[in-house]
Amino acid sequence: MATTTRAQVAPTTRTGRARRSGPPGEPRAIGWLYVAPALLVYGAFLLYPLVRSVQFSFYDWDGLGVGTWAGLDNYREVLRDEGLRQAFGHAFVLMLFFAVLPLVIGTALAAILNRARVRGLGFFRTVVFLPQVVAMVVVAVSWRRIYAPDGTLNDVLGAIGLDGLARAWLGDYTLALPAVGLIGTWFETGLVTVLLLAGMGRIDTQLYEAARLDGAGPVRELLAITLPAIRGEIAVALTLTVIAALKTFDLVYVATKGGPGNQTSVPSYEVYHQAFELGRVGLACAIGVVLTAVIFLISFLITRVGDRSEP
Amino acid sequence: MRVGRGEQTANYLILLAFAVVAVWPVLTIVGSALGKDGDAPGGLANFHRAWDAGHFATYLRTSLLVSAIVVVVATLLSIASGYALGALRFRGSTALFYLFLLGIMMPAEAIVVPLYFDLRSVGLTDTLWAVVLPQIAQTVAFGTFWLRAYFRTSSRSMVEAARLDGASSWTILWRVLVPPARPAITTLVVLTFMWTWNEFLIPLVMVTDDSLRTAPLGLAFFQGQYTQGFTLLAAGAVLVALPVVLVYLFLQRHFIAGMLEGAVRE
Repeated sequence: MATTTRAQVAPTTRTGRARRSGPPGEPRAIGWLYVAPALLVYGAFLLYPLVRSVQFSFYDWDGLGVGTWAGLDNYREVLRDEGLRQAFGHAFVLMLFFAVLPLVIGTALAAILNRARVRGLGFFRTVVFLPQVVAMVVVAVSWRRIYAPDGTLNDVLGAIGLDGLARAWLGDYTLALPAVGLIGTWFETGLVTVLLLAGMGRIDTQLYEAARLDGAGPVRELLAITLPAIRGEIAVALTLTVIAALKTFDLVYVATKGGPGNQTSVPSYEVYHQAFELGRVGLACAIGVVLTAVIFLISFLITRVGDRSEP
Repeated sequence: MRVGRGEQTANYLILLAFAVVAVWPVLTIVGSALGKDGDAPGGLANFHRAWDAGHFATYLRTSLLVSAIVVVVATLLSIASGYALGALRFRGSTALFYLFLLGIMMPAEAIVVPLYFDLRSVGLTDTLWAVVLPQIAQTVAFGTFWLRAYFRTSSRSMVEAARLDGASSWTILWRVLVPPARPAITTLVVLTFMWTWNEFLIPLVMVTDDSLRTAPLGLAFFQGQYTQGFTLLAAGAVLVALPVVLVYLFLQRHFIAGMLEGAVRE
């Protein structure tokens, strides 16, 4: 970091930099040549579409005819339309299932693994991390089967005498969203556990031994030593999982298509739905822009809080 | 550290329970894929049946082609740009770094709508390019960030020595910096392969031609069309997930390290 900062702050100290970074005569601009191909693709297929997205969001356009200037109408609709407000509300509910629950479960699991020298740690890590590499479409197909009226979950409930609870989980008005959320909990818990475990592995074991000599139990150990030491990892875990919750498109598309009604609709699904199924391109872009802003804002806030509480 | 025997037993039970929960949906699908129903003869023959009924030969071929192009092109571009931002010093490099950082967090949802309409107006939708180029752009953002971090920490003295010997910046990159960077590059390659193989939204929007559908997309369509039973669908799902899972089982260190360190370095 130090070197780039210097280059930025004092661009006039040419001799100082030249001595450090290369033989005299090596053109300074050569860096641009190496970045150029990547920058070209990145600019054309990521930055330019982002700018276009903002531009489109100020128009009313069906994707075929001529668009008409709409000012901030699309953004007003994002804030006022009942269905779209619900979609953003659903995304916040999903954050509980994608981020908060995995964090609680993952902390407990990692603490257990870290405290006790269990055998087979490598195997356990491989297994709990596995969901992360399976395509979300496959995950959705699999959970649709589990949640189906004649699916495994209802079979299990029947086997333990709870037939009364059996239902079509993804078709249930109140339970469809938590059911989708639990898929996210299943998906993210392994990632969070492995991430926190890596952080806990860096804690000096002498701290624990001292705590135990003072008679601290596992809970005390967790609160007084472990959690303060892994604040950074917790911030990273929250950032990753919150972004994943906000970007849930394929899971919703395959598992529920936003239904029943729009009980499981989320902003990323609405972007697709509005643009390509309802022909409301401007509105879809406005949703996409708001979604991006929310993602940037939340990850910025989490990083700030994580940094500040760093000892 | 020692803990009591009772606590240790309880710990093993808790871990076992979570391991079972983690693999249960996976086992559900593998178990169903081997079962019997109206269309499925049972056992491994189901995969053959699903392969034909679900056009999976086409989908897997497209996925392989898309992944190969994205991995090769994005890795080469990322090596060059990571080198520039990590080891060469030039005006504007810090600003460029933040520009690439923007792309790591940016959701595909933010760009896919204008991208579709702009590519359509130049006749590029329903081509391989429409699926490949946006994903190269996404990967280059992460790849630049990842390899920049690596090249910054790699030995300066070796680079200085090569420079004194009169090596060009190109020779330094490929002869001095890249060989020891192989593990970092492998991590980038396996992550890119996984992300590209599993990507859904971009191919969903960009192509309608059946022969250009990638494997996850093909599976979603197969699910929509084929409703007689679950066995062949499960077999198709196994076929779609298998390539990445196999690579994961052999190179899991790279997956785990990449996903964790990549995030931590942010």
